[in-house]
Amino acid sequence: MTVLYAFVAAGLFGCGLYMVLSRHAVRMMLGLSLLTTAVNLVLFQAGRIRTAQPPLIPEGAERLGESADPLPQALVLTAIVIGFALTVILAALVLRAWRSQRTLRSDELRSAQDLGSPLTPGPDLDH
Amino acid sequence: MITDSSGIIDVLAEGLAIWPVVIPLAAAALTLLLRRWPTLQRSVMEVAVAMMLVAAAVLLARTRNGEAIVMKFGGWGKPFGVTFVADMLSAMLCTAAGTVALAVAIFARADVRARRRRAGFDALFLGMLAAVNGAFLTGDLFNLYVWFELMLATALGLVTLDRRRAQIDGALRYAAMSMMGATFMLVGIGLLYGETGTLDLVHLSTTLARGEPSVTSSVAAYLLLAGLLLKAGLFPLFFWLPASYHTAPISVAAALAGLLTKVAFYACLRVFVLVFGVGAHMPVVSGMPPLFALLAAATMLVSVFAAIAQVDVRRLLAFHVVGQVAYLVMGLALASWQGSAAAIFYTVHTMLVQTGLFLGAGAIGRAGGGFDLRVLGGLIREHPRFSVLFAALALSISGVPPLSGFWAKALVIDAAFRSGTPGAAWLVVAALATGFLTLYSMSTLWTQAFWRPRARAPHAARAIPVAMVTGVALMAACTLGLGLAIEPAVRLSRAAATQLGAGVTLPNGTTSAGASGTVP
Repeated sequence: MTVLYAFVAAGLFGCGLYMVLSRHAVRMMLGLSLLTTAVNLVLFQAGRIRTAQPPLIPEGAERLGESADPLPQALVLTAIVIGFALTVILAALVLRAWRSQRTLRSDELRSAQDLGSPLTPGPDLDH
Repeated sequence: MITDSSGIIDVLAEGLAIWPVVIPLAAAALTLLLRRWPTLQRSVMEVAVAMMLVAAAVLLARTRNGEAIVMKFGGWGKPFGVTFVADMLSAMLCTAAGTVALAVAIFARADVRARRRRAGFDALFLGMLAAVNGAFLTGDLFNLYVWFELMLATALGLVTLDRRRAQIDGALRYAAMSMMGATFMLVGIGLLYGETGTLDLVHLSTTLARGEPSVTSSVAAYLLLAGLLLKAGLFPLFFWLPASYHTAPISVAAALAGLLTKVAFYACLRVFVLVFGVGAHMPVVSGMPPLFALLAAATMLVSVFAAIAQVDVRRLLAFHVVGQVAYLVMGLALASWQGSAAAIFYTVHTMLVQTGLFLGAGAIGRAGGGFDLRVLGGLIREHPRFSVLFAALALSISGVPPLSGFWAKALVIDAAFRSGTPGAAWLVVAALATGFLTLYSMSTLWTQAFWRPRARAPHAARAIPVAMVTGVALMAACTLGLGLAIEPAVRLSRAAATQLGAGVTLPNGTTSAGASGTVP
């Protein structure tokens, strides 16, 4: 089970990284959300995948028995919320970029790069 | 919140550690409710920033003798609950962040108008401050990640406040790179938890120090390094920073430049000095300091040459933001308590000066009608006092005595010579060369904007609003004050560095255990 999860996480990371390297902003965004999903799997595994016993320490005992550690599951929930929120913000940015510039290729989205760039010609000082 | 029967005084005293976070968060909620009344919103924001600064100063006064204020949420025992720890380092940086916020709030009176306030400037700014203070005060690695993400979300909102095309573009790059960094960080955190079963920073450090060095902890360390250095803006992952900061409204750019990359460096200090024991006799992960040194030297040189090539004041300063963080990482690379102390002092200095410079750039833009150095000129004629203030900040970042920048650089270089690290001499050469080139770059900026006669006669001499000059003057006064009061400031930084490292080597060759705060 753990090995299966590990391979799934690795596959998701691979796909996510490949898509992040794309020049298209939507593909990049989807890649980032794939990456956050892969991270959640890694976090989930950090708590070990065990039986369905409730994570309660028996009376008098010092450690959790056979059940899975519940803390990483709480972390995954937090990470899902944060990843979701940031993906939404990114999606909003992508949408605005599309509306204002009608392109989502990162090499054509250059208005930030051109703003105050030393390569753009300066104002004509002769007149 | 606290289950045991401690008195109300104890509760308030323990709660002191969260006031710098609670105040801006509550005020952010309030400003959202007051969205339709921009003036009221502004007053709430200003009062909250002032209160936050006072809370941070009280925290600094309380922790100055080396005792840390620890607060546990929900009454959970040590390794389980999220703790907030205010030690000297946290309190110092919270105070510096509060001062920066105050200067930005004053400057924003003239720069951020009702339209931007209705777009949510106050709420986002306060949210960002809460996240910054939260990152400084948390004692939990995952919680640190959460604060980083809140910082990113609010910073994106602030950058795109005017919804200009360039802002959307810049924010897109910023968001994508920072989310990548967050992913690296989170994988590192997950691996560390799997290895040690804890997320508490102090507990992590003791657990890792007791255990054998393992592949998992090394991988986790390098993943955290990648994530944090991306957020701190280090070579080769800094290109998002100069691609986005210059598009933001100038008050926002000043706050981002003064706070965000420094928070990432603070996280580096906590993670690498405290958790991974860089500088200890037995570091958990070996081979990190030379990598830090290489990254620092490369960042310094690349960014300063890039800065020299710029013609836009904001872009030029954005490259210097990158370059100054490299000096902080240089302090970390020395793997000694002197190095950490120098880096801590440098962090406080650079927070104040970077903000001051960006605010100054805003005033230059207002007075000169633009940010293009090819057009600007002659500002000294109309604004002699402001040009002196800006010159003070420019000299401070270049490292000219008696301003704080000189002492910051002197401390880092002194620590490099004392550390005995192989290659430290080369690091010093890179630092000095960068310092010289920074002086060149800043004096060119000052000459072009203020000293030389303007090529084209301006339409009319434009006044700089009093609020703008006050904001810049506050930062200039801080750098001068820090430079003159160098003795107590350095003593504080050294004490903070000693307290920081559970495994950092003390001057007498022993290692301090836990949060003991003896002043060397």
